[in-house]
Amino acid sequence: MSQFLWYAMVGSGLFCIGLLGLILQRHLLRRILALNVMGIGVFLIYVALAKRAGLLPDPVPHAMILTGLVVSVSATALGLVLVERVQRLHGRPELPEDS
Amino acid sequence: MTNPERLRPLTLILIVLLVTGVAGILLWALWSMQPVASGLSLQVREHLPVSGVNAEVTAILMNFRGYDTLLEMAVLLAALLGVWHLGPLQLPQADNHPDPILETLVRFLTPVIILVTGYVLWLGGHAVGGAFQAGALLAGAGVLLLMQPRVLVLRDHLVLRIMIVAGAALFTFVAGMVMFTGGTLLEYPKQYAGALILLIEAASTVSIGLILTLLFAGGAPRHGDKE
Repeated sequence: MSQFLWYAMVGSGLFCIGLLGLILQRHLLRRILALNVMGIGVFLIYVALAKRAGLLPDPVPHAMILTGLVVSVSATALGLVLVERVQRLHGRPELPEDS
Repeated sequence: MTNPERLRPLTLILIVLLVTGVAGILLWALWSMQPVASGLSLQVREHLPVSGVNAEVTAILMNFRGYDTLLEMAVLLAALLGVWHLGPLQLPQADNHPDPILETLVRFLTPVIILVTGYVLWLGGHAVGGAFQAGALLAGAGVLLLMQPRVLVLRDHLVLRIMIVAGAALFTFVAGMVMFTGGTLLEYPKQYAGALILLIEAASTVSIGLILTLLFAGGAPRHGDKE
């Protein structure tokens, strides 16, 4: 089994753990964390695939993940502020239709 | 609250089946991929001399796929706008018993971090580094400063807003202006490409650092004349 495959499989494992958490957890903070775990899984898969280019990895995925990291950080920040807002309005950090 | 046990067993089984299915599809897709694929690395290496910089990742971010990076700055701005609209900034108040060690550390560390930020930004031209790494460092300094209400009081005023939009604005401006030199959107003239990229990256670093700090703060700062 090649090196890239191993890292990509770890990435898919992280993605699935995140997906499970996203479905099962009701606490919005946990859901945001689950989304981030999913995102990190995707980044790991993509970086691992870049290694297939040989000794020097393909730089395109690296640049795109750098972009993706920033987007995921901004989305997380906005999500966290939204959770705080939900908590203030409903008294609990869950969506009203979930509780 | 967050207990999965409240779900009916049938639902739980369906969810587990779904996730297992996704895992299976992913593994199958990865397994059937070609173990050797050069991707776009050959094209990148071939065109590196005309990009204006000597680092592959920077060349892709700022030149070959500059559109992505331009929109990324817009995403950062949009996220900050969203955060600012959701409520005012609530920072730890200046108390009577500040931590002298932390405060001294921040006073010493901030200039050092700013220096390293400049170095990492410059490094982006020929090695691993660039606006995003430098901006993240700057944001680290910003977050440390936010913890020190006696050192820095954040106020919303014109200079702050100009610094926030500087990266996206300059990037858009340059992207549009190069169209007058005969190119298309974001097609830098070859002899000025390096300088233009450094200029955009410098403005972006300040904007990214500031936006990330303000995203961490999580609210709109109050209006005021002093920062």
